[in-house]
Amino acid sequence: MSAIEKKQPAMFQMLGGLGRWCLQSIEKFGDAAVLSAVSLGYLFRRPWQGKHFMLQMYALGVGSLIIMAITGAFTGMVLALQGYYTLAKFGSESLLGSGVALSILRELGPVLGALMFVGRAGSSITAEIGIMRVTEQLDALQMMAINPHARVILPRIIATTLALPLLVSLFDVIGLAASYVVGVELLGVNAGAFTGEMVAKVIPMDLYAGWLKALVFGFLVGVICTYMGYRAEPTTEGVAHATTQAVVVSSVSILILDYVLTSIFL
Amino acid sequence: MIRTEHLSRKFGNIKALNNVNLHIKSHETTVIMGGSGSGKTTLLRLLASLECPTSGNIYFGDENLVGIKQKRLYELRAKMGMVFQYSALLNSLSVFENVAFPLREHSDLDDFIIQTIVTMKLEQVGLRGFEDMMPSQLSGGMAKRVAFARAISMDPEVVFFDEPTSGLDPISAGVISNMISDLTKKAKMTSIVVTHDVHAGLEIADHVILLWQGEVIIEGTSEVIRNSDDARVVQFIEGRPDGPIPFSRSETAFIDDLMHKPGTVRMSS
Repeated sequence: MSAIEKKQPAMFQMLGGLGRWCLQSIEKFGDAAVLSAVSLGYLFRRPWQGKHFMLQMYALGVGSLIIMAITGAFTGMVLALQGYYTLAKFGSESLLGSGVALSILRELGPVLGALMFVGRAGSSITAEIGIMRVTEQLDALQMMAINPHARVILPRIIATTLALPLLVSLFDVIGLAASYVVGVELLGVNAGAFTGEMVAKVIPMDLYAGWLKALVFGFLVGVICTYMGYRAEPTTEGVAHATTQAVVVSSVSILILDYVLTSIFL
Repeated sequence: MIRTEHLSRKFGNIKALNNVNLHIKSHETTVIMGGSGSGKTTLLRLLASLECPTSGNIYFGDENLVGIKQKRLYELRAKMGMVFQYSALLNSLSVFENVAFPLREHSDLDDFIIQTIVTMKLEQVGLRGFEDMMPSQLSGGMAKRVAFARAISMDPEVVFFDEPTSGLDPISAGVISNMISDLTKKAKMTSIVVTHDVHAGLEIADHVILLWQGEVIIEGTSEVIRNSDDARVVQFIEGRPDGPIPFSRSETAFIDDLMHKPGTVRMSS
C-alpha cells in the first residue's frame, strides 16, 4: 500500500468532518433566521409586548451602564496615552483630539461596546432562556396560551437592537471625556487644539456610521443569543455550552461584520 | 373528551409511541402508567399538543389538534391546564403572581377579583399565606401545589399532570393525590395523570392505561389492572425486577460479553 493510499482515509475523514460542519452551520443559520423572522413577525400583532420590551430594556440596557462606562473611560484614557506618545514623535500632538475621536466614534465605541455587551447581556439572555427550557417554563407558557416567540424572544431582540446604540453613545461620550482629561490635563496638550481638531475632523457621518454599526451589532447579538438559548439542549451542560457558544459566535460575528461594514462606510 | 387514532411518534429511528388508540372520558381521572422510556410523557405532551405526532390524530372534543391553527389551539388551551414534572413556575414571579398569571393574561378581571380567585385557589391547595414567597424559597411539594393552583386558576376542563408525585415525601404525595381526586369528583374536571407511582396511580384512577415500549398493553379500571394475568402487567404492578420487562441486559448476554468479548465489561478493583 502506497503512502498516498494510507493517507487517503484520514484526508477523507477531515473533508467529511469539514463538510458536516459546514452543513450543520448552514442548518443552524437557517434555523436562527427562521426563528427570528417568526418572532419579529409578532412585532405588529396584538397583544403588544411593550411592557416586556421595557423590562428587557431595563434589564439589558440599564444593567450594562456601569460596565460600558468603565470600558469607555479606560479605552479613551489608553488611546490618549498611546496616541500622544506616537504623535509626539512627529510633533503632531495637536492631532490627538481628532485621532482619538475618530477611533472611538467609528471603531472602538461600537466594537468594544458590542463585545462588552455580549459578555454582560448576551450571555444572560442565553442562560435565562436556556434555563427556561430546562425547567419547562417555555412549555408552561405554551400551555397558558402565551407564545414564547412573542413573549420571550421578540422583546429581547428589540431591546438589544435599541439598547446597544444608546450604550455605545454613552461609551463614546465617556471615552472622549476621559481622553480629554488624560490628553489635556495630564499630558499638557493644548485644550483649544484638542477640541478644535476634534470638531474640525469629525463629520456627522462618523457618528452615523458608529450608531449604525451598534444597531446592526445589537440586532445580531439579540438574534444569536436568543437562538442559542431557545435551542439549548435541556440539560445543565447544554445551557452552559449554549451560553459559551453564544458569546463566542456573537463576538466573532461582530468582528467579521465590523470589517464588512467598515469597508462599506469608508 | 380526548380521543387518539393510530397515534405514533418517532424520535429518529426510535419509536416512542406506536399506533396508540385511546378514548379519555370527561370528568374522570385517567392514569397513564409505564416504566421509564415507555412513552408516557411523550403521550401526555402529544395530548397537550406540546409536540406533533409522526402520524395519527388527536381529537379534543370534535376538533383534531393535529395541524390545528395556532390561534385556535391557544383558544382551546384556555380549557387546559398542566402541572409539569418540575413545576415550571416562572422564577421571576412570586407565588401570587404565578397563580394570577393566566388570569392577568387572558381576562380583563379587576385586580380585586383576581386577588379573590388566587386566594381561593391557594386555599384549595393549602398555601394561603404563602403569596409573597418566590419559587426558589419553596420546597418541591409546595412548588407542585403552586403549579397545581396555577393550572386550575382558569377553571379548565382538563388538567394534565406529569409525574405529580415524583420526588415528594409520602405526605406531600398523598396531598397531591387527594387534590387530583377532588378535582375530578368535586370540581368535575378531567384529569390525565402520567406516573410510575403504581400505588398512587391505582388509588386515584377511574381509568388506567399501561404502556410498554410505546404501546398500550392494557387499559381499564384499577381492578382490571390489579386482576390482570398478563405477566408484564403483574411484573410492573408488583415491581418485580425479573420478568418479561427487562431491567437490564440479560445475564446470558453479560456472561457472553465477559467470556467472549474481553474489554467490553470493566471490572472494578
